[in-house]
Amino acid sequence: MAVHSDASTTNSVDLGAAAALSCRECGHQVPLGPVFACEECFGPLEIAYDFSSYETEELRKQIEAGPSSIWRYAPLLPVPADVADKPNINPGWTQLVKADNLARELGVTGGLYVKDDSGNPTHSFKDRVVAQAIEAARAFGFTTLSCSSTGNLAGAVGAAAARAGFRSCVFIPHDLEQGKVVMAAVYGGELVGIEGNYDDVNRFCSELIGDPAGEGWGFVNVNLRPYYAEGSKTLAYEICEQLGWQLPDQLVVPIASGSQLTKIDKGLQELIKLGLVEDKPYKIFGAQAEGCSPVSVAFKAGHDVVRPQKPDTIAKSLAIGNPADGPYVLDIARRTGGAVEDVTDPQIVEAIKLLARTEGIFAETAGGVTVGVTKKLLENGVLDPSLTTVVLNTGDGLKTLDAVAGTGLTATIRPNLDSFREAGLAS
Amino acid sequence: MSVNVRIPTILRTYTGGQAEVTAEGATLAEVIADLEKNHTGIAARVLDDQGKLRRFVNVYVNDDDVRFEQGLETATPDGAGVSIIPAVAGG
Repeated sequence: MAVHSDASTTNSVDLGAAAALSCRECGHQVPLGPVFACEECFGPLEIAYDFSSYETEELRKQIEAGPSSIWRYAPLLPVPADVADKPNINPGWTQLVKADNLARELGVTGGLYVKDDSGNPTHSFKDRVVAQAIEAARAFGFTTLSCSSTGNLAGAVGAAAARAGFRSCVFIPHDLEQGKVVMAAVYGGELVGIEGNYDDVNRFCSELIGDPAGEGWGFVNVNLRPYYAEGSKTLAYEICEQLGWQLPDQLVVPIASGSQLTKIDKGLQELIKLGLVEDKPYKIFGAQAEGCSPVSVAFKAGHDVVRPQKPDTIAKSLAIGNPADGPYVLDIARRTGGAVEDVTDPQIVEAIKLLARTEGIFAETAGGVTVGVTKKLLENGVLDPSLTTVVLNTGDGLKTLDAVAGTGLTATIRPNLDSFREAGLAS
Repeated sequence: MSVNVRIPTILRTYTGGQAEVTAEGATLAEVIADLEKNHTGIAARVLDDQGKLRRFVNVYVNDDDVRFEQGLETATPDGAGVSIIPAVAGG
């Protein structure tokens, strides 16, 4: 069954079904290569695939017989067919937790699930995207991996580079959470703090890439971004397969650059076109912190462009004030009938504790944002409690311990039963 | 007013491969007009059909994103550095 073919340019790089790069804005196509912006209009370049040889049931069987990692979806990704045999961090196939306790607390009756990506090798969803970038870096002959990062990506690049034998040199804002700094530095690559916020770091990397000082470097989220970003599609694939090859009705996804939400939508659309799931409506909701809410503000104002903000929030992994894919998030939220909402820092902390207390999942601040926004959207009647809803937790709470710093001992007692009883702890 | 303009890789076909060029102008709009005089075709890559900055272009005057300033009317003092950067990075 021919299902999808939108590429007209071919070349000799072996990245599976990836056939060309296509501008999301104007459709201009160029051969696969380490480029990320359209030479015509500066729009983002995306992978165009040739899936025309795939037969639905054969593909489904191949996926189900595949490894317990994102590589089960290798035919749908820009990677060579033997990707699972190469040194990589092999992320994915994380738990889709049926969150019945949280559902009861929030009044959700249609089924509430948490896609818990803290289970990845470096404890965030970033392993999914970096695993793609590693394969592109290999294909294009890079030996140094780099990135701008709010922390999670730095760790993922450091780990993947160590496993795959690349040098790494990554750039982060100088004032990140200590847990993220240690988790990025421990893999032995170079870690550079930039005096500025994430948008300053990102700008620096964008300039470095055009300078001889950065020549020959593969920046996973700059010149390798078209390949890297495809890794987020695997969240959509896994959620649907884990639901028994069903689309969820509602998804709540955090927004930093907006790339993840955009690619989750792309993944869902591909599954529909491939016939792997039944074509039915779904709604995608975006979640931001109030202290960095450029997309939420634009959504509520009815704008189709995003005015950048200066971030000020504890959700540092989402603190991108100038989100590259913001306009596409607005398009997708509106097209699917979803929304974009934000929550305050105290609401984020409350949501982290709510998820931990009800489901035993310790989320980082970004997970607090999605759970907090889910609660708010239910209270406001925007999310339908009678529908199947999936909420993303994209990282591990151990990385952002400061956010819940007040949480600690219930009591300190002497080592005897009287003291235990006096503390009011006896059953 | 003479300013130094950093040119991103995808626009260097218009500047003969140069990563940095000089241009004249008291505002960003004037600087872009002057760039166009010397490097024909470059303005259409940076500006859309309505003459506004394309939505996937970031322009900085010194360290300031012009979207936080006065956009194309942002002043470009003598000796300023202007950077044109693709916006589709990061995340």
